[in-house]
Amino acid sequence: MEGVKIAKESDARGSFCPGPLMEMIRLVRSANVGEVVAVISGDEGSKKDIPAWINKARYELVGTEEVGPGASRFLCRKNH
Amino acid sequence: MSDKLSIVLFSGTVDKLMAASVIASGAAAMQKEVTIFATFYGLFALRKGDWKQNRRVSKDFEDYGAQFLRVLEEKKAPSWLETLRNAMDIGDVKVKACGLTMDLLSIKLEDLEPIVSEIVGVAHFVEEASGGQILFL
Repeated sequence: MEGVKIAKESDARGSFCPGPLMEMIRLVRSANVGEVVAVISGDEGSKKDIPAWINKARYELVGTEEVGPGASRFLCRKNH
Repeated sequence: MSDKLSIVLFSGTVDKLMAASVIASGAAAMQKEVTIFATFYGLFALRKGDWKQNRRVSKDFEDYGAQFLRVLEEKKAPSWLETLRNAMDIGDVKVKACGLTMDLLSIKLEDLEPIVSEIVGVAHFVEEASGGQILFL
């Protein structure tokens, strides 16, 4: 995700479902409108959970990328 | 799709308390109105501080109980109570106590974890849950 400025990032590896999603919700809440936040999760369920929440809350999933073995980084823009 | 989820928390075993708090978290995240109606052993488990020594597991998987509890500790999984508190932070989750259990066991609201907001009767619960999904755990 080059060129995307990340305002806040949290590494939630080692946290279990629904921990990484809760972390994403907290980060988005604490961000200003327009900012992008990122959460790294090692929980396989997050791959479905975090995008489902972003969609429900009508934010923007900027991208998902693999970061090391069994971990993904999710980028979410607080667009409203 | 219904926008309400009501959980009848009857069991007080750690495994079912975890299931209830994780499901409540997911529902809260997905913007559902969540009500947990704690009754019988589910209410026992909500007595102040009880979670610290509660090591009960479901009878049907009792032989896995010790292993299950050890893994939770080793992997530093948050307690069910912490998971429930987090769910309340991010969404609309209420925990209500069953009046019958409170009366039978002479428990008062102040004897319970502060996450429990009020004591209600079954009719109130059924009315509030109507039109939504109900889980019995």
